[in-house]
Amino acid sequence: MKFLQRFFASGTLFIWLSGGALACSLLLIGGLLLLIFINGMGYFWQKDLVQLTLKNDTRVLGEIVDTQRIPETVTADFPDGQFRIQLKVGNRDVYGLDFRWVDEADIAQRDWPKDVIAFERREWGNFYGWVTAVWDGDSPLAEGRNIAWDVWYPFLEQAESLHQEIHHIERDVIGAINADMERARLSLKTLELKGNVSQGSTDSLQQDIQKGEAAYQEQIQRLVGLYERLNRYRVTLMDVTGKEKTFPVGGLVKAWRPNSMSVWDKTKMYVKNFWNVLTDEPREANTEGGIFPAIFGTVMMVLVMSVVVVPFGVLAAVYLKEYAKQGLLTRMIRIAVNNLAGVPSIVFGVFGLGFFVYAVGGSIDQLFFSASLPNPTFGTGGMLWASLTLALMTVPVVIVATEEGLSAVPREYREGSLGLGATKFESLMRVVLPCAMPGILTGLILAVSRATGEVAPLMLTGVVKLAPALPLDGQFPFIHLDRKFMHLGFHIYDVGFQSPNVEAAKPMVYVTTLVLVLVVLLLNMTAIALRTRMRKRYAGASV
Amino acid sequence: MEIEQNFMEQSMSMAKTTSAKSTRLALETRQTDPIKKIFEESEMAQHSFTDTPAKIVIQDMNFYYGTVQALKSVNMTIPANKVTAFIGPSGCGKSTLLRCLNRLNDLVDGTRVEGTILLDDENIYRPEVDATDLRTRVGMVFQKINPFPKTVWQNVAYGPQLQKIRKRATLDTIVETSLQGAGLWDEVKDRLHGSALGLSGGQQQRLCIARALAVNPEVLLMDEPCSALDPISTGRIEELLHTLKERLTVVIVTHNMQQAARVSDLTGFFLLGELIEFEDTKKIFTNPGDSRTEDYVTGRFG
Repeated sequence: MKFLQRFFASGTLFIWLSGGALACSLLLIGGLLLLIFINGMGYFWQKDLVQLTLKNDTRVLGEIVDTQRIPETVTADFPDGQFRIQLKVGNRDVYGLDFRWVDEADIAQRDWPKDVIAFERREWGNFYGWVTAVWDGDSPLAEGRNIAWDVWYPFLEQAESLHQEIHHIERDVIGAINADMERARLSLKTLELKGNVSQGSTDSLQQDIQKGEAAYQEQIQRLVGLYERLNRYRVTLMDVTGKEKTFPVGGLVKAWRPNSMSVWDKTKMYVKNFWNVLTDEPREANTEGGIFPAIFGTVMMVLVMSVVVVPFGVLAAVYLKEYAKQGLLTRMIRIAVNNLAGVPSIVFGVFGLGFFVYAVGGSIDQLFFSASLPNPTFGTGGMLWASLTLALMTVPVVIVATEEGLSAVPREYREGSLGLGATKFESLMRVVLPCAMPGILTGLILAVSRATGEVAPLMLTGVVKLAPALPLDGQFPFIHLDRKFMHLGFHIYDVGFQSPNVEAAKPMVYVTTLVLVLVVLLLNMTAIALRTRMRKRYAGASV
Repeated sequence: MEIEQNFMEQSMSMAKTTSAKSTRLALETRQTDPIKKIFEESEMAQHSFTDTPAKIVIQDMNFYYGTVQALKSVNMTIPANKVTAFIGPSGCGKSTLLRCLNRLNDLVDGTRVEGTILLDDENIYRPEVDATDLRTRVGMVFQKINPFPKTVWQNVAYGPQLQKIRKRATLDTIVETSLQGAGLWDEVKDRLHGSALGLSGGQQQRLCIARALAVNPEVLLMDEPCSALDPISTGRIEELLHTLKERLTVVIVTHNMQQAARVSDLTGFFLLGELIEFEDTKKIFTNPGDSRTEDYVTGRFG
């Protein structure tokens, strides 16, 4: 009895409890990160292609992605049970499905053919098989099973550079022409709306439009030529069952022979794949290609939000803490601010849609962009409104953290400054706020963490599945805060739950999740590094 | 505050009842009293200050924290170019009075001042007096050592910069003379642009003095400036006071009786918000006019 009492009093149990709680949460977080990391990073590693010959003499070629125990198959013969494997067989246009389950019991033979080629295509996913013919127009350049790599691979490389040129013309050149024409058209319409259509003023605008139209046609001609060149060479591919399919080399993205690649080659390809996902634009309903626009949109939105939320939150906190007479009202405001931080984010989304998009954006359109109505400019979701909505959502965090930072500044600093003839404002600017800077940055870190991962309010205020252009580009005025944008969080939802081919999209979901976590980490590390520098500068500030 | 006052009253009544019994004991201890020694060894504190011009005149000063009265009808005249010490037990109002002299209490919520304080015959509590201007004339050094988390140079230049002095050369000169005035120049001249928080405690406090001197004040208020310092650092600051009083008027609050005896020309003894006695320091410590002063300075309470 006495021993038990002493045991409780000693706190040993409590130490175990608290330590255990910490260990549990660390384990959960670590496990989550590990799961995302393994699944996300595994996506870029090219596995060997296995050719299975089944007992019924059919053949299957693909990449093993999963192995499962078949339920209730543990018998005397099979103490571990029987297994089935999932293959990514690709060739969606031929088979209708990318994935296929095969029972191990049905497999007669496994081969790893050295010469099998994996193709990444612009449509229909991957193709696994062999090249059996190369065509220049309708005349064959080469035919026969397994044509040498050197015969057709140069065409693929050529097609890649053609694609880049086409992309450049479509997005940058034609984009610029369209922007100019649109501007001229709007000016014309503005003049018409104002009612002062004098001959001279409209003529030059009309000419501009005509000039733009001519330039546009010229570019279209160029594009037609490029597309012709792109479609000139074609290849016939054969799959493992002997079915053949012919299409232009331009339809291929890249080709590689996984079974004859060394580990070093695969490593190089791994890095290249990873880099491509980070820098490319998405293809095929976001399930293929890269996620660059989503990364860019996420980071830019968080930065715009930070630029808005920090000054706003700090000013509010300074008034609340330093200038307002402390009393019932300030206490109530503090409680309200704290509660605001707990309001579900979708509520902010609805508010953002109603207030920012419809009320503010609609008014801006009426006042400044009436020429382009009924097409909205700011009266629809966009980068600006999404950022402002998130700023509103995170401003309580900044206010609370700034207030705490201000409280932590010793009274002696204020009095020391005042005692030297500084006004309250001068003391604030020169001593108090610099000392509160670490606290303010803590607020920013919390705000950034929360905003980066937020999806619900963004869906209402400006995030889209596929944005045609980045909110930052080379066309005047360079920063287009009215544009809709892509976001990693929404991308996860879209690819994972809205895509027609969920199984094929799964790796993309993990990769996107991993990148999102990395982006949060990166943004936070930046803010934390900044805070550490501040702390060092004001080291011993609490003396 | 109230608890502290109750405690004070209790200890006072206890002191009164025991005073008779311990008179003989006190007489004996007084023979070897270290404070007595100070006066035997030095020639200072022999003068009378009635003929020195007054710098600050406090008239009928009452001060309230909310409903608690912290100062009760205080009257005193602080002479120019002397060191005046305020002594008394904790909570007696001496720091409050000190902070009234540069109106630092203005910024504490719920305080109220009655009476007048004349600085060079001008009431500093007139509404048209700008408190920030006043504070450049009446500098202050605090009990809690508070150099700003900036460089040594920035600390000293802080005050002059507030007065819109922008020229680098002028600021450099002010920084140097102020640091010399605080006896710190030789120690920090090679690290002017290092953090002030890297200095030792004593150096930091002298930096605070230099910072106060940089705006060239007429009066320097010191609120227990040595309470966090070791005896050597304390000694250096006390030496500094002797030279400083040639330039300006010093008012110092201290809990250290010996320090008051060593550095001050006049001493005011406060008890429960009242000024009990304000006399030449020598008289306060050797022949006080009030028995409560005697009890306090001989260490019988407080």
